Amino acid sequence: MNVPENLKYTHADEWLSIDGNIATLGVTDYAQDQLSDIVFVEITVEKGETVKKLAHVATIESVKAAADVNSPISGKITDINESLSNTPELVNNDPFGQAWMVKFEITDPSELTSLMDAKAYADYCSTRGH
Amino acid sequence: MTEPTIYELSSAGRTGVRFPEPDVPLTHLPQSLMREVLPLPELSEVDVIRHFTHLSSLNYCIDSGLYPLGSCTMKYNPKINEEIARLEGFAYTHPLQPESTIQGNLALMYDLQETLKEIAGFAAVTLQPAAGAQGEFTGVMIIRDYHRSRGDAKRTKILIPDSAHGTNPATSAMSGFEVVPLPSDARGNVDLAKLREVCDDTVAGLMLTNPNTLGLFDENVIEVINIVHQAGGLVYGDGANLNALLGIVRPGDLGIDIMHFNLHKTFSTPHGGGGPGSGPVGVSAHLADFLPTPLVGIVEKATADLPPLYGFIKPPKTIGRVKSFFGQFGMFVRAYTYIRMHGPEGLRKVSEYAVLNANYLLAKMGDVYHLPYKRTCMHEFVVEGCWPDIPEIHALDIAKRLMDYKFHPPTNYFPLIVHEALMIEPTETESKQSLDAFAEAMLAIAKEARETPELLKEAPHDTPIGRLDEVKAAKELVLCCWLPDDK
Repeated sequence: MNVPENLKYTHADEWLSIDGNIATLGVTDYAQDQLSDIVFVEITVEKGETVKKLAHVATIESVKAAADVNSPISGKITDINESLSNTPELVNNDPFGQAWMVKFEITDPSELTSLMDAKAYADYCSTRGH
Repeated sequence: MTEPTIYELSSAGRTGVRFPEPDVPLTHLPQSLMREVLPLPELSEVDVIRHFTHLSSLNYCIDSGLYPLGSCTMKYNPKINEEIARLEGFAYTHPLQPESTIQGNLALMYDLQETLKEIAGFAAVTLQPAAGAQGEFTGVMIIRDYHRSRGDAKRTKILIPDSAHGTNPATSAMSGFEVVPLPSDARGNVDLAKLREVCDDTVAGLMLTNPNTLGLFDENVIEVINIVHQAGGLVYGDGANLNALLGIVRPGDLGIDIMHFNLHKTFSTPHGGGGPGSGPVGVSAHLADFLPTPLVGIVEKATADLPPLYGFIKPPKTIGRVKSFFGQFGMFVRAYTYIRMHGPEGLRKVSEYAVLNANYLLAKMGDVYHLPYKRTCMHEFVVEGCWPDIPEIHALDIAKRLMDYKFHPPTNYFPLIVHEALMIEPTETESKQSLDAFAEAMLAIAKEARETPELLKEAPHDTPIGRLDEVKAAKELVLCCWLPDDK
């Protein structure tokens, strides 16, 4: 299982990459592996929208289950990945790269402190079955 | 093997009916109304009968074998139900007939309402909802109107444990409520600390599936209900798993305010394509006025000479109608027959055997398939369809391989809180021999998973069509109907 060093993680299997005051959000390799083949991705927010911590930003559907993606921090959406609606399999093939879901401006950097680093997330995953 | 479609069997000029010569003058439709081609297949009667008889023999149904689809209670449907439902007085009535001419039907509906009240401990029952999910919708609408009638408009949330049926959050969302998920604790019960944390004056209610989808009876159910009631909320009970409780626990006695029954699960009416569902809803006394209209009631009491006169009654604060006419009447006849054939003692035995059968299967399989919540189960149980030492084998592979052993697969990948879930409900109608055969198949598959895993990965092998491409089916929503002129 791939857990890139440079990212932040949530207990709900989202990742966040921070570049200055811009954050990029996606779901982890563990999440895509658990969901199996992804057949549908819907981004439920729009560019320019302000989201609060834990706001629902996307829905992912696989042949097994549907899952919500929630933003772990507050912010203003600056970009959404429109290619996922036509190529949802990117979430399986490249969860940390081409399958990013939304980018947003961070409005409250203090919210970042509750996120896990790569080691803590890898440990957390190892406690949860295989 | 691919079965040809009826169009592929078509042979030009072949026909199954010979129309009589017209005995009135011939006339022609205007050209603008005429079509160029009418692509209907041309076959003789025997061609059609053989085609569809063969297709029907490819189907798997409860009359052909064990159907352990968890939380669906795919029990055998006794044939006496069909016989009674076909009695002329039931089968040939029309919903628009005057009430005076359908007193027998109304008496049956009234008695069924009364019987369901007694079985589950409620003050009133509506038979109207068309199936379980509509029963839930009815219940949540009653919750909404109850709070509104008290001028309490701030209750916008419904709490849903993560072991609930998947329809519960869908019903709440559809009814305009915000869904708040509740985690389970390590024993598979509702997490009481978390429940206390989220219970406040914005909570309209809790939807509790008990036994839950892990097949476990919530050990703290009374406390769960009390916490919600103390916060001013109502408790909806999902009665889909009532087959574990008949004659043992009455949900109304536990304090549950509203519950739907699934006649097509617990009370042996056809389930899953064999007939319409039916989802009566029971409520406690303080909610009786909100039930959908109409209910069947006694409008004139019996006298020494005359039976009571039955008619329709409108509850004073009714949420309205949820279904045209009076619900699935044919299913009421079947469920009523089932209840009367068993009687109180018999119904209790139904549940006792349902629980015994599930625990017997669990005991036979539990050493080989991992049981994440280690408790005595109720009418169903959930194991993991995977093993750490063979990560390439998934629950889906086991389910598909079971079809080669001539069993319907169990529910898989639900509930979501169990990894690679296989949810198994044998029901009370299976014999020890049939349970043994299923357990042996499951154990044989576990052995194959290690020795010949490709047998699982490529299963099913002995079905008319092999492994379906689920990704393609979910992504390319194209149902193509082949017509001769499309060639």
